[in-house]
Amino acid sequence: MRLTGAQAVWESLVREGVTTVFGISGGAVIHLYHALPDYPIHHVLMRHEQAAAHAADGYARATGRVGVCMATSGPGATNLVTGLATAYMDSSPVVAITGQVPTPIIGTDAFQEVDITGITLPITKHNYLVTDIEELPTVIKEAFYIARTGRPGPVLVDIAKDVQAAAIEYVYPDTVNLPGYRLPQEDISSPIQRAAQMLNEAQRPLIIAGHGVILAGAEDDLLALVEKANVPVATTLLGIGAIPETHPLCLGMAGMHGEAYTNQALSEADLIIALGSRFDDRLTGPPSQFVRQARLIHVDVDPAEIDKNVAVNLAVVGDLKDVLPALVPLVEEKDHTAWLARIQEWRNESAQRDILAQETDELLPQYVVRQIWHATQGNVIVVSDVGQNQMWEAQYFIHHRRRGLISSGGLGTMGFALPAAIGVQMALPHEQVWVTVGDGGFQMNIQELATVVQEKLPLKIAILNNGYLGMVRQWQQLFFEGRYSGTPLLGPDFARVAEAYGIAGLTVREKSQVVPAIAQALATDGPFLIDFRIVQEENVYPMVAPGAPVHHMIRRPVPANDVLKEDRT
Amino acid sequence: MRHTLIALMEDKPGVLNRVSSLFRRRNYNIESLTVGHSETPGISRMTIVVNGDDRIVQQVARQLSKLINVTQVVDVSDKPAVIRELALIKVRAGHGARSEIMELANVFRAKVVDVGKTSLTVEITGTEEKVDSLIGLLQPFGIEELARTGRVAMVRGGNGGQAANLQP
Ligand SMILES: Cc1ncc(C[n+]2csc(CCOP(=O)(O)OP(=O)(O)O)c2C)c(N)n1
Ligand SMILES: [Mg+2]
Repeated sequence: MRLTGAQAVWESLVREGVTTVFGISGGAVIHLYHALPDYPIHHVLMRHEQAAAHAADGYARATGRVGVCMATSGPGATNLVTGLATAYMDSSPVVAITGQVPTPIIGTDAFQEVDITGITLPITKHNYLVTDIEELPTVIKEAFYIARTGRPGPVLVDIAKDVQAAAIEYVYPDTVNLPGYRLPQEDISSPIQRAAQMLNEAQRPLIIAGHGVILAGAEDDLLALVEKANVPVATTLLGIGAIPETHPLCLGMAGMHGEAYTNQALSEADLIIALGSRFDDRLTGPPSQFVRQARLIHVDVDPAEIDKNVAVNLAVVGDLKDVLPALVPLVEEKDHTAWLARIQEWRNESAQRDILAQETDELLPQYVVRQIWHATQGNVIVVSDVGQNQMWEAQYFIHHRRRGLISSGGLGTMGFALPAAIGVQMALPHEQVWVTVGDGGFQMNIQELATVVQEKLPLKIAILNNGYLGMVRQWQQLFFEGRYSGTPLLGPDFARVAEAYGIAGLTVREKSQVVPAIAQALATDGPFLIDFRIVQEENVYPMVAPGAPVHHMIRRPVPANDVLKEDRT
Repeated sequence: MRHTLIALMEDKPGVLNRVSSLFRRRNYNIESLTVGHSETPGISRMTIVVNGDDRIVQQVARQLSKLINVTQVVDVSDKPAVIRELALIKVRAGHGARSEIMELANVFRAKVVDVGKTSLTVEITGTEEKVDSLIGLLQPFGIEELARTGRVAMVRGGNGGQAANLQP
């Protein structure tokens, strides 16, 4: 089959099972766009290439399949950078295809030339510059293989314009030949045995479930382990959904804004098993002070993560989908009654301090999030942004479903939620997708409302609008003498902005309007935006001060009039 | 503590950049790095001297191994290995100094590879310590120019080629 380079790209994408591509065209990809209509691939025209990368990332996180984005050379390619870095930090399988100036003028500072493979070197799992059409099919094959296998990650393929226009006798390879790319293949039966032994001996074991559990699709295996050995599970932010948060052994999120009882459990455990988590500093605090009382087992598919941030007693390098099924039969059934009872005590105390246990007429963000959960019973996918809103979502939405929370963890990219949600909704048209976002982050990719309308996506958008870059304001309040420098934030009337785009919108100023507004959003077929004008200076509690060990938490003061309401009903 | 790593990598455009960019971005303290052809066409061989404790060196090795174009990485610090460095030293050499410099070179089994009107160029191969001490002895004469290659290393023993020698 004789194909142009441009056709060869699409043909290869089709063979990789790609059905959706997020992108923006331009001079250096004009051949690609010219060939596109002949292939069964839906192109989602985004309004910014950063959003295209986030959308591909969201698509990948929602499904586990490789998400694909496309951009032209120069500014198109550089606009992808934040999105690729976001995907890289969170090990998300993305393939980015960029156009490059024609081979003869590469290196001459040609119009819209940028060294995108150089720029993205440290934020991609691998990248390619294709200047020879003969290599093109192999490169695409390798790019997809590398992106999705082992520890997933983004791969960028930069294709010179003349390569897109040239022609080849097209053959798509069946296999890849990558001598330097090794997936874990060592015999790990002995560390697995050792891990089982350590777990069987432990009095106060605890599991930290990270994003790796979800990436590996090992949620069932985790549950089998947890229920057999009766081990409580804390999650990282990205590990939320690895185990249903409704499960009695799930302690929720640990770390800087984790539940106090969860961090307390971490600090008193005698054995911690980290599954697919890289001991991020937002989880551990200063590594030297992280849970020094406990022995640590680290299971990860990436050998370079072992001993990187925290030195561990035992490492198991392998895919959780292999490790956990091998571990479960070796683990003894336990009840750990005393340990679990102790955790329950801390948990009860945390519940008393819960802001939702206090009577108030104020419009609290925590209440908004909890009401969205109530109204949807959690049977939705939430895509959260970054800042206080992200933490409130993580704390107050009870995620019981798999891949039910999608968020930028490692890079903490404001502006992620809306475009990522577009990717999620494209991948899963029958799911209900909610965006929770701050007024700051929303204004970073607000232009994508147009994409939502063009693609007729029924996204539900909840803006937790506090008029501040709230998370930074909180730090200024707590650690920088309350000097609100550069954080008060003017926003537009978001509901009217939504209307201008053709999206129904509402502004909510009173607590009493929250439930009806959410109900209206749910009753609306298309997209819906609610601008919740929340208490402006509400803080995220509890909080581990930066630099402090995880059990030194700043707590919300206990209310004077101890009016408790039912929690998590 | 200094460690010597040997890395084999595909000889493709940009690979050296991937390796050096990795060292820079992860803030590794690399003392020297030499690269050249290996016995296999298409595969380059790099010798890296890195300063750091065992954990850091292990990190360097693991991160290097993660690069798609790097096919093998071995820490040879604890293995019996031949480790060599080459240096070219241009020394100021007036009439009186010449024979003394040549004598020193002799003792070190170094070669005088160029004789100028006012200088001699000495080529020495050996361990870093040996190179260091010759340089130290030549310093008083005045070193005009110095070029050192950094370490290259090979594990001792011959059971048929590199793959066997490089078993981690
Ligand atoms: C792209 C980007 N720029 C800056 C930051 C630093 N930052 C973290 S949280 C935050 C404030 C976010 O404000 P908003 O979106 O209104 O959310 P809130 O914290 O108020 O809920 C900022 C500026 C970031 N994480 N990402
Ligand atoms: Mg805000």
